[in-house]
Amino acid sequence: MSGVRVLVGTRKGAFILTADAKRQKWEVAGPHFGGWEMYHLKGSPVDPNRIYASQSSSWFGQLIQRSDDGGVTWTPVGNEFAYDGIPGTHQWYDGTPHPWEFARVWHLEPSLSDPDTVLAGVEDAALFRSNDAGQSWHELSGLREQGSGPSWQPGAGGMCLHTIIVSPSDPQRIVVAISAAGAFRSDDGGVSWKPINKGLHSEGIPDGDAEVGHCVHHVAMHPSRPDVLFMQKHWDVMRSNDAGENWFEISGNLPSDFGFVMDVHAHEPETLYVLPIKSDSEHFPPDGRLRVYRSRSGGNEWEPLTKGLPQENCYVNVLRDAMAVDNLDECGVYFGTTGGQVYASADAGDTWAPIVRDLPPVLSVEVQNLA
Amino acid sequence: MIRVLLPAHLKTLAGVRGEVEVEVAEPVTSNAIVDALEAAYPALRGTIRDPATGRRRPFVRYFIDEEDHSHEEPDAPLPGDVLSRKVPFIVVGAMAGG
Repeated sequence: MSGVRVLVGTRKGAFILTADAKRQKWEVAGPHFGGWEMYHLKGSPVDPNRIYASQSSSWFGQLIQRSDDGGVTWTPVGNEFAYDGIPGTHQWYDGTPHPWEFARVWHLEPSLSDPDTVLAGVEDAALFRSNDAGQSWHELSGLREQGSGPSWQPGAGGMCLHTIIVSPSDPQRIVVAISAAGAFRSDDGGVSWKPINKGLHSEGIPDGDAEVGHCVHHVAMHPSRPDVLFMQKHWDVMRSNDAGENWFEISGNLPSDFGFVMDVHAHEPETLYVLPIKSDSEHFPPDGRLRVYRSRSGGNEWEPLTKGLPQENCYVNVLRDAMAVDNLDECGVYFGTTGGQVYASADAGDTWAPIVRDLPPVLSVEVQNLA
Repeated sequence: MIRVLLPAHLKTLAGVRGEVEVEVAEPVTSNAIVDALEAAYPALRGTIRDPATGRRRPFVRYFIDEEDHSHEEPDAPLPGDVLSRKVPFIVVGAMAGG
């Protein structure tokens, strides 16, 4: 019987939640790596038993763990992320030059075709690739050396490369996003890169329409239409119909166009999900009501989804990698909060229920479909 | 053989309990001990020293016989009580909350 496996990274360990296709009864396994920050776990689309995990701590640095049995057992693999050459400087918060320093891996993106190949987005922002199942890592330095690197600056969470999208129709095309630099695209497998931020406008940078400097929080794509990209920016929900060449705003009637997560329905490429957050500094849901907003028209018209979600006194955040969808016939939607709840909807967002309520703050949520 | 006591998280990573012992040629230094630890327990690579700089991580301390040796030169010989196995070389995660 088919089912799903939800991979949850938290501030203090990883948890693996499994259910059959009804998605009503859940088994919770973990914590794995208790006490460690688990920024991201993601399984190979080719071999779901192959899972990569980013494990880090302020004390003991970065490790990468790999499981070959669906998360039951884990093996530490390579953890040396060395920038190519002398990495130079980026901007610090005060605008002064600051040396590029590796801090942690924010996102792991396994290849769509090879379980031994995986990309890693790191802080300070750079993209690395492993072709040997995580044993060794090599920087795709054309991104950092694209030319605008010295003007990149950290967002509140650090200068992180947090989003990696490989086109299902053209593996040479890769889109990444960096806070706070913007989105970038390679059309040659990661050798050369260009910024794709035309149409973005940001306050907090000297030229609000600059080519780089935008704090992109997340980018999402439906696999059937790789050229259509959706973006949750620091402020503004955006859309591109031409692989990022041009962006336009689709915030429409959202109660706040600030947020972190964004995702697309597995079977309806014009059905989108965001979770509005109050900002600049509050970073909790408007009015203390936890509402996912869904658009069935590719943006601009949004409906609140509230059934099963707390509608009073809720002051959690939902971080950028903490929403995912499964691809069962009735699309499942999942998100995790900084309050430790993981909510699931087995009906495309119409109704919600918590899978777990009291985990450590959730950093990431990914879903695997199991045969 | 040198006695080494690791912090709990690194014991878990290395898959050990209690103290471990590693073979270290003289002169016994903090770098030589960490080299031996990483050779014996590859999962510890990069956890005590930053692989980019080779330096002790800021939140890691080295204690010997109730003395802090964190700020001594990493290639300086350590006290004889470590070599004689009277006391362990203690790797500590700094008290920093969290």
